[in-house]
Amino acid sequence: MGTQCTGTGSWPNCSTSTCWATPPTLDSDLSQGIQPVQGLALCTLSTMGSAEMCRDLAPEVEKLLLQPSPYVRKKAILTAVHMIRKVPELSSVFLPPCVHLLHERHHGILLGTITLITELCERSPAALRHFRKVVPQLVQILRTLVTTGYSTEHSISGVSDPFLQVQILRLLRILGRNHEESSETMNDLLAQVATNTDTSRNAGNAVLFETVLTIMDIRSAAGLRVLAVNILGRFLLNSDRNIRYVALTSLLRLVQSDHSAVQRHRPTVVDCLQETDASLSRRALELSLALVNSSNVRAMMQELQAFLESCPPDLRADCASGILLAAERFAPTKRWHIDTILHVLTTAGTHVRDDAVANLTQLIGGAQELHAYSVRRLYNALAEDISQQPLVQVAAWCIGEYGDLLLEGNCEEIEPLQVDKEEVLALLEKVLQSHMSLPATRGYALTALMKLSTRLQGDNNRIRQVVSIYRSCLDVELQQRAVEYDTLFRKYEHMRAAILEKMPLVERDGPQADEEAKESKAAAQLSEAAPAPTEPQASQLLDLLDLLDGASGDAQHPPPLHPSPGGALVYLLDLPCAPPPPAPIPDLKVFEREGVQLNLSFIRPPENPALLLITATATNSSEGDVTDFICQAAVPKSLQLQLQAPSGNTVPARGGLPITQLFRILNPNKAPLRLKLRLTYNHFHQSVQEIFEVNNLPVESWQ
Amino acid sequence: PPAGSPPHSTTASLPQHGDRGFPLAAAAAAGRAPPRPRPAAAMQFMLLFSRQGKLRLQKWYVPLSDKEKKKITRELVQTVLARKPKMCSFLEWRDLKIVYKRYASLYFCCAIEDQDNELITLEIIHRYVELLDKYFGSVCELDIIFNFEKAYFILDEFLLGGEVQETSKKNVLKAIEQADLLQEKTETMYHSKSFIGFKKAY
Repeated sequence: MGTQCTGTGSWPNCSTSTCWATPPTLDSDLSQGIQPVQGLALCTLSTMGSAEMCRDLAPEVEKLLLQPSPYVRKKAILTAVHMIRKVPELSSVFLPPCVHLLHERHHGILLGTITLITELCERSPAALRHFRKVVPQLVQILRTLVTTGYSTEHSISGVSDPFLQVQILRLLRILGRNHEESSETMNDLLAQVATNTDTSRNAGNAVLFETVLTIMDIRSAAGLRVLAVNILGRFLLNSDRNIRYVALTSLLRLVQSDHSAVQRHRPTVVDCLQETDASLSRRALELSLALVNSSNVRAMMQELQAFLESCPPDLRADCASGILLAAERFAPTKRWHIDTILHVLTTAGTHVRDDAVANLTQLIGGAQELHAYSVRRLYNALAEDISQQPLVQVAAWCIGEYGDLLLEGNCEEIEPLQVDKEEVLALLEKVLQSHMSLPATRGYALTALMKLSTRLQGDNNRIRQVVSIYRSCLDVELQQRAVEYDTLFRKYEHMRAAILEKMPLVERDGPQADEEAKESKAAAQLSEAAPAPTEPQASQLLDLLDLLDGASGDAQHPPPLHPSPGGALVYLLDLPCAPPPPAPIPDLKVFEREGVQLNLSFIRPPENPALLLITATATNSSEGDVTDFICQAAVPKSLQLQLQAPSGNTVPARGGLPITQLFRILNPNKAPLRLKLRLTYNHFHQSVQEIFEVNNLPVESWQ
Repeated sequence: PPAGSPPHSTTASLPQHGDRGFPLAAAAAAGRAPPRPRPAAAMQFMLLFSRQGKLRLQKWYVPLSDKEKKKITRELVQTVLARKPKMCSFLEWRDLKIVYKRYASLYFCCAIEDQDNELITLEIIHRYVELLDKYFGSVCELDIIFNFEKAYFILDEFLLGGEVQETSKKNVLKAIEQADLLQEKTETMYHSKSFIGFKKAY
């Protein structure tokens, strides 16, 4: 028979020169009644048949389905499967013979029929409903196969026709999905197959695996589901690596729906972490992380941390982030949490996510009782190794914030350590100078040094020296910082303590808010500037409120601090300012004198009903410039006020660029708003000072 | 021309417009987000290659262009040959599962769909090797190199359209035997007549 053109699908190049003279057609081959020819035609059709060919030849194939010879019939059935895949409309042609074909005894025909029914059911819900009625018949076929159908020619290592079994189980899965009645019919059979299949060889395991998949997918009884999970657990102990692989993959799919059942196999899963095959250990890692819960978190973390130390590099990042996430969700105590993160940073510091630093600083900041403990541990870790950047950043920040606690020397939880002031400074300098430090890390170190100037006793010559060296650093960011810090030493010595005070806790919604993480990082880096404008303003507010009426004597106000780089004052320690939506509240003119006007515009952001944003705009339509313009405000005690830095302090004459200043008022109790303003400026070479209460504040601004 | 000329179709070897082998690739080519379609075939293709990466047999159950076939073959051969001996027989490649097993100097490599049972695919591979072994008598790579068309015949009697068609070893081998007999009969027929100028294209 044609060596020339059979296997046309397989030959790399089938050239026409090897064909017979008259081009035969598949149509005639199919109908000529010679079995081998028909077989070959069906083979070609099922491998390569295009949609048009399938449509044309469907009637021929349908006829062949009913032929007496099993050789042709089984091929015709599988060709029908292919045709349906190519042309779904042909389902109607091939659906009717199926039920009749199910009564066949020939395994090949039965197998083909089941495949055909599977294909029909997957494509059309109507067919699915139609075939639900054959579930009892399928159950019977499988039962016969399993109990009495032992025939040597179809069996593999004691399992009767595993191919047919697997195919029937697949069909049962599709028919039983979301259908109580069918699932019930299959329950007993599935239990029988699950318990009686010989699992010494792969064939048996294949059938068992398919059974497990079917049990998990249909509406099976709870006991059956537990049996299935236990089978998978047994697979995990199998010496055959392939079986362990499929077990891990399936358990991973089941861990959400049957958590407690999978939990029982946790020790085995953890053992699988030691697998040499990377794909297995990766699955074991995913599964272990999914199994962590509040009761087993300590034990699991120990195992996972041990794994982190020895795992292959491509799994490190996943393992580290998995550990951190699990620690965040289930940490029993804050100290444990800090310890865990610390351990991850020291072991796999370069592989952690970017927000780990922010998370840790936030965590430490919030645990006041653990400040001394954290700073000591971090100091020790830093002293040993300054190469892991996230660790160095956190350690630098902590040392800066809590340097005084470090030097105190008494902390019950760690052995007492005498730390010398010079050692601390030397360590920070080492970080600054090290070529391993990233620019961000050096920023942290410089800021920490600066903070220490207020935390540590004694003179600050060493710190001043370092800061002034970096004034000419090539890195612009560092240079800017160094210049500012140097200025703090020289010109603003009186404010240095206030600026470098301990940072209040940054508020966060949770691990998902990267806005917040970015903010807290920015806040950590630029925190010195933030408290400054509120500090001097706060003291003035009290003065204003104590005023009965009219100005009081103190004319000495420190000038508003020049705005810090990059608009950092926007990153105040509060919720980020949402872009103001269109405000229906009308503007209010509150002050007018000789061409100088002050207008207030009000905005109530919808997402925060307690917040009121007032923009004060000072304009000048007179002939003389307004200089040294300062506006201060006071509100009743039940409200909170924050003033942001004004855009400037000069309004040029004749409608020059106005000064704007933003007031943020928090009014959670919806108390009536009262606002007292104090203005001082120079105009026409005269110093002007005005204090007044704003009347006619619109009701919408506080209700 | 003798009766019963072998079936042949030149047009069907190329993929038709609108049907592509890997549904995701097709949709990506069309620029849409790929919807998860019905499986193209349970087994998408089977490759046999030596330890040096030489392809001995390729059976494709999905229509793909020659270029795509070459690309897939090259990538997959590289990936499988890079696996260490102690690793498991399954790997994930693109959106398919690959099941491979090495028998002597040949790698048998099948690509199956996501929802298929990997363990039964190992059995399929093993059954095919047994069939080859029974037919050739202790099959080795050379047998497959010199009698590749027989290897394809056997495969075509065992699998059809990517699905198992016959689970009885006996029946498959019987069918091959009958095909062989028919072939000999036809050839003796030709030898006995005098076909001038007609070459046997073996």
